[in-house]
Amino acid sequence: MNIRTLFLLVLVPVFVQAQIAVRGETVYTMAGPPMKDAVILINGTTIERVGPASEVTIPAGYRVLTAKVVTPGLVDAHSTVGLAGIFNVPHDQMQLEKSEPIQPQLRAIDAYNPKEDLIAWVRSLGVTTLHTGHGPGALMSGTTMVAKTSGETVNEAVVTPNLMVAFTMGSSVSRNFKTPGTSSKGVAMLRQEFLKARDYMKKLENKDPEKRPGRDLQLEMVADILRGTVKALVTAQTAPEIAAALRLQKEFGFPMVLDGAAEAYLLLDEIKAAGVPVILHPTMVRTGGDTKNASFTTAAVLRKAGIRFALQSGFEGYVPKTRVILFEAAIAAANGLTMEEALRTVTIDAAAILGLEKRVGSLERGKDADLALFDGDPFEYTTHVCTVVVNGIVVSETCK
Amino acid sequence: MKTTLLTLCLTSSLMLAQERPVAFRGATIYPIEGAPIFNGILVVDKGLIKAVGPAASVTIPTNATVYDVAGKVIMPGLVDTHSHVGRGNGGDASSALNPEVRILDAIDVRSTSFMKALSGGITTVNVMPGSGHLMSGQTAYLKLRTANTINDMLFCKDPLNDICGGMKMANGTNSIREKPFPGTRAKSAAMVRQLFVNAQGYKLKIQAAKGNIEKMPKRELDMEALVQVLEGKRMVHFHTHRHDDILTVLRLSKEFGFRIVLQHVSEAWKVTKEIAEAKAPCSIIVLDSPGGKLEAVDIRYETGAVLEKAGIAVAYHTDDGITDSRLFIRSAAFGVRAGMSREKALESVTIAGARMLDLDGRVGSLRVGKDADFLLLSGDPLSVYTHIDQTWVEGEKRFDRANPEDLKYAVGGYDVYGTPESFDACEGGLQ
Repeated sequence: MNIRTLFLLVLVPVFVQAQIAVRGETVYTMAGPPMKDAVILINGTTIERVGPASEVTIPAGYRVLTAKVVTPGLVDAHSTVGLAGIFNVPHDQMQLEKSEPIQPQLRAIDAYNPKEDLIAWVRSLGVTTLHTGHGPGALMSGTTMVAKTSGETVNEAVVTPNLMVAFTMGSSVSRNFKTPGTSSKGVAMLRQEFLKARDYMKKLENKDPEKRPGRDLQLEMVADILRGTVKALVTAQTAPEIAAALRLQKEFGFPMVLDGAAEAYLLLDEIKAAGVPVILHPTMVRTGGDTKNASFTTAAVLRKAGIRFALQSGFEGYVPKTRVILFEAAIAAANGLTMEEALRTVTIDAAAILGLEKRVGSLERGKDADLALFDGDPFEYTTHVCTVVVNGIVVSETCK
Repeated sequence: MKTTLLTLCLTSSLMLAQERPVAFRGATIYPIEGAPIFNGILVVDKGLIKAVGPAASVTIPTNATVYDVAGKVIMPGLVDTHSHVGRGNGGDASSALNPEVRILDAIDVRSTSFMKALSGGITTVNVMPGSGHLMSGQTAYLKLRTANTINDMLFCKDPLNDICGGMKMANGTNSIREKPFPGTRAKSAAMVRQLFVNAQGYKLKIQAAKGNIEKMPKRELDMEALVQVLEGKRMVHFHTHRHDDILTVLRLSKEFGFRIVLQHVSEAWKVTKEIAEAKAPCSIIVLDSPGGKLEAVDIRYETGAVLEKAGIAVAYHTDDGITDSRLFIRSAAFGVRAGMSREKALESVTIAGARMLDLDGRVGSLRVGKDADFLLLSGDPLSVYTHIDQTWVEGEKRFDRANPEDLKYAVGGYDVYGTPESFDACEGGLQ
């Protein structure tokens, strides 16, 4: 038992289980075909063993949980909850700062509220890992982070700080800023910023320390994108926006994840050739504005085209204040993806795009003990999420 | 008798006018008013339901077109008690109270949102102006028939003389704005009370005239509509979220004796006793998550179940574009997820809504003599994997998933919906 678990034992003893055995009638490990009547042993914060019930002996003293269906804890590939709050008033909307259109230096960890009600909400519906942070609406709005949906502080919750910087292409940015007033101006401003950062990087290499520039947090972050240590998460919904994003990526060669991509079905070859993964809009996204041409079948189309993708809950400006990836994947499963393909989009495939496939997204020995337990097919409207386990701790035990 | 397999997929033009009876056999039929029928037969003729029952008890007319639909499910067309499809609008910013304004004067019957609604199984819809006013205008009860003008969609026969919808009202934060709108909740109630007091006076003048045209008060469109409300002929559809706002609606309804449907009622579960005592029906919505506005922070999936247990009439609505008409039936499934009975959940998207619109004599269940509005589904109505295969309105097939021209409205895609519906108009909360 590590110090953190001990600490939690004192604070919230009802939530703590150091040793748990989960037995499922069907277990989707996402690391092989589904297993019938299987057991997952959890010791501390990680998975100790996964195997058929006939082969795995549950050691004495383990708390035994049973379920019809067990899946890995769900991984939301892109959200804003924790920065965006439930009340939707200025003081709980920290996902977009409107003073400047380019502010990559704004860090998600400096704004993430682990006690936000919406985090508890998505957690109760199976989400254990969240890629969240600054939202769409600025050319560069700030960084994103990966967090577990438990934890009393950001330090406890965070998995990866500053994973990506959130970019937005297109005219929607002009609703929030006087400049850029057009989408082409926005692209020009982004290009200039990358050139500035290149120059900054070059000056940093000056042999004479006296001649190196002073630290500039904004250019440092853009330089990190150019170096590839931070990825660009580029929200681009329409075909022209997607094409502009791909052009920008090709010019500067940074690692990019295409986000939203409502009209991706028009540019399959181009997206595939660029080799960029896609974090697709929520399946049920409203068909208005930049997403007016969204389709329930885009997930299936991307799958067929062999493009790496995951689903997201995205950002919502009104009601509902967040979407729930379990439900978004369900609609994808009803519109061309198989049940298991849909499950991949909110587990292992999402984890891989976040670079966390060794830690989360599947049920395998040594991985984080994050699980969701269901009383039926996870995607059926009438099935409940009955138990959620994060880092080996049962965080939710009410069927919802 | 001509038998055509469903899989042969008739073109929709063949079905445009129902010239001969159509029969469906082999399906599981949910008549809603009555137990499910396994291996049932449904016969429709001249836009009405001719027969519905078990195979053994229904004789198919010899001239009928017959579809074998074994393995499929048939249920009534869905009734959406609160929607903003059709690109309509209501009162403007000149007043918070607009009883004389009719949304039927603004609806675009060619809006693709109607096809979207049909793909989601909706055949009857209460199209309302927004909630940014205390009273935003008269709503329109529409049947999603093929239409060239709004008259083709109305339930009423004559929009000049008949009552063609309800009255939309709202309280709480959406209608609190700059003058001439109210700045507080108490002011909101006071403005509404004064309006109804005026209408009571107008009504008294009409009564005093005893039919003598000379003595009748001068015609006032706003007062005329409010007299219909006072007389119980025009239902008030009252947007209200918070528990205290709900009680304000009940208080107003009691004071002036108007009939109400409580719309949204996010916090209905907190004042169930009071709602039950007032026998006020509730039209509710499923939101995937709570919040987004202060009044919706305490919305629950469980509201439908709580209301059912309290014996309160409950229907779901889309509030389209807040939720998507294509997925309306999902609301009923979420009701079951959170404890509703299957029976009441299926009623909540059909007959319960029809009652709230005073249209239960015509729609909402599969009963002989009622309108032939029904859905053909690929399986259990409450399963995510089920698709609505066909939507029929008054004996006409209006949506067929097997037809690519129709399917596109069910899934979306490039340039399918054209100019998007105005999201701002939906709840009226975004000014």
